[in-house]
Amino acid sequence: MSVDLATVKRVAHLARIAVTDEEAARMEGELNTILGFVEHLSEVDVEGVEPMTSVTPMAMKKRADTVTDGSKADDIVANAPERADNFFMVPKVVE
Amino acid sequence: MTDLTRLTIAEARDEMGRGALSSVELTDAYLNAIEAANPAINAYVKVTADKAREMAKASDARRANGQAGALEGIPLGVKDLYATEGVHTQACSHVLDGFEPRYESTVTANLWADGAVMLGKLNMDEFAMGSSNETSYYGPAINPWRAEGSNANLVPGGSSGGSAAAVAALMCAGATATDTGGSIRQPAAFTGTVGIKPTYGRCSRWGIAAFASSLDQAGPITRDVRDAAILLKSMASVDEKDTTSVDMPVPDYEAALGASVKGLKIGIPREYRIEGMPEEIETLWQKGIAWLKDAGAEIVDIELPHTKYALPAYYIVAPAEASSNLARYDGVRYGLRVPGKDIADMYEKTRAEGFGQEVKRRIMIGTYVLSAGYYDAYYLRAQKVRTLIKRDFELAFEAGVDAILTPATPSSAFAVGDESLASDPVKMYMQDVFTVTVNMAGLPGISVPAGLDAKGLPLGLQLIGRPFEEETLFKTAHVIEQAAGRFEAKKWW
Repeated sequence: MSVDLATVKRVAHLARIAVTDEEAARMEGELNTILGFVEHLSEVDVEGVEPMTSVTPMAMKKRADTVTDGSKADDIVANAPERADNFFMVPKVVE
Repeated sequence: MTDLTRLTIAEARDEMGRGALSSVELTDAYLNAIEAANPAINAYVKVTADKAREMAKASDARRANGQAGALEGIPLGVKDLYATEGVHTQACSHVLDGFEPRYESTVTANLWADGAVMLGKLNMDEFAMGSSNETSYYGPAINPWRAEGSNANLVPGGSSGGSAAAVAALMCAGATATDTGGSIRQPAAFTGTVGIKPTYGRCSRWGIAAFASSLDQAGPITRDVRDAAILLKSMASVDEKDTTSVDMPVPDYEAALGASVKGLKIGIPREYRIEGMPEEIETLWQKGIAWLKDAGAEIVDIELPHTKYALPAYYIVAPAEASSNLARYDGVRYGLRVPGKDIADMYEKTRAEGFGQEVKRRIMIGTYVLSAGYYDAYYLRAQKVRTLIKRDFELAFEAGVDAILTPATPSSAFAVGDESLASDPVKMYMQDVFTVTVNMAGLPGISVPAGLDAKGLPLGLQLIGRPFEEETLFKTAHVIEQAAGRFEAKKWW
């Protein structure tokens, strides 16, 4: 499988990365090189093989459903590029 | 003592233990070495000199009170991927500009709890994506090693290039690193240092910027095998903040050194003899086999038939996980923000400016293989292949193999700005051909220096072990180290 220019632009939008026409054209070549490389996997017979979900056979750890942390609003917004009190500021989302 | 930075962690620990050396003295020696070397080596992206001196002073005070920890007073460098409270943490990316977390990663917290001193943050490939340290926003770290009779700058490998360069150039006693496809073992091989990627789940991933969560593991890069054992013992822990951290006590790895490898079964996988591999690598491998045989190990040929599919499968699984993990860098909660006409435009512009080419490439691949209609053909198939790769190893271990010996890399260190590697991303990806299988199967792997090539550059051998049998790797690597000797870069910086 390979990607064309329109697909590169669609994927870039899905990934929320702005690309110029020039960049998209360059990426088309690079992505097709990589996709050509991973194409080797189609040679492998995977009939009846379980997909890996965890490298170590282990049960997911669980803990009691209690509050163990919190009240750190100041810490959480400390690195925000724009903030007001304990809120992250973003451009208007809803009209 | 003339040059304190030449002491290994074990030697410095013993010197401080008998009162012949203070952490303040040792830390000052390293800060001086960093000041002298960093303009040429570019291993540190942030030096925390004041903090280091404070920590060293506090360490000396603890020792005076009889409260010395396992790493008391030892000055270390930390890969920029680890969150360090109030200190530069950017995964060497522009997108995390100015980020200083309000929390400490579990691994570094373990080190400080054991008395270690932080010298600063180390250079790396952006978000650990790269094999040469050239994708760093801060420019490449430079290998302290040069080919004989040459002044050309070589890469220290990657992604933990700054960690390996700093250890090899005596700019820290040891360093933390991380390994997703070979990012500890390949730089260690390129710089004549020791690097171990422990079993998946041995070190907590909490507070380490995520690249590919099912593959990422923390580990140390050090001057020798003993130091790697000492450092891993402190880094590893059981952590309730990481659900993949394994509930098993951390053994005393150092105690495994010096144990006999007599009767140990060492597997030699024929699939690692790849086309175009330099003769010198083959010779080195044979030397390693001979050393282990001399030490009483039994050498057996094994088959790992799905080896050649590990890299292609990796370049689906890792980018897929990365595209999801890196979605959080959107200009809202931390780091860079580039204004846009609306919120989506702001996201797109921030990410376009904040991420470098290699990171964008991998996010794009990951987004594509996870997109509607392609999931089964790419991601699901890759995860099935991953099961087969792991099964190859399991069959070898079931047949009685204790550890597997392979070359660590398909070449020695290459030049900064190598044209053929820069123009073809897949060629660069081949650097991880011997290491990536280990991540895909979640196994432990250690890279140990074993010799020099014709250009006088270091080469490493890799040992792969059963899950959570790092002790076997340490004792076997120690045998190789004893036979091969240690390798030091000639100082030019």
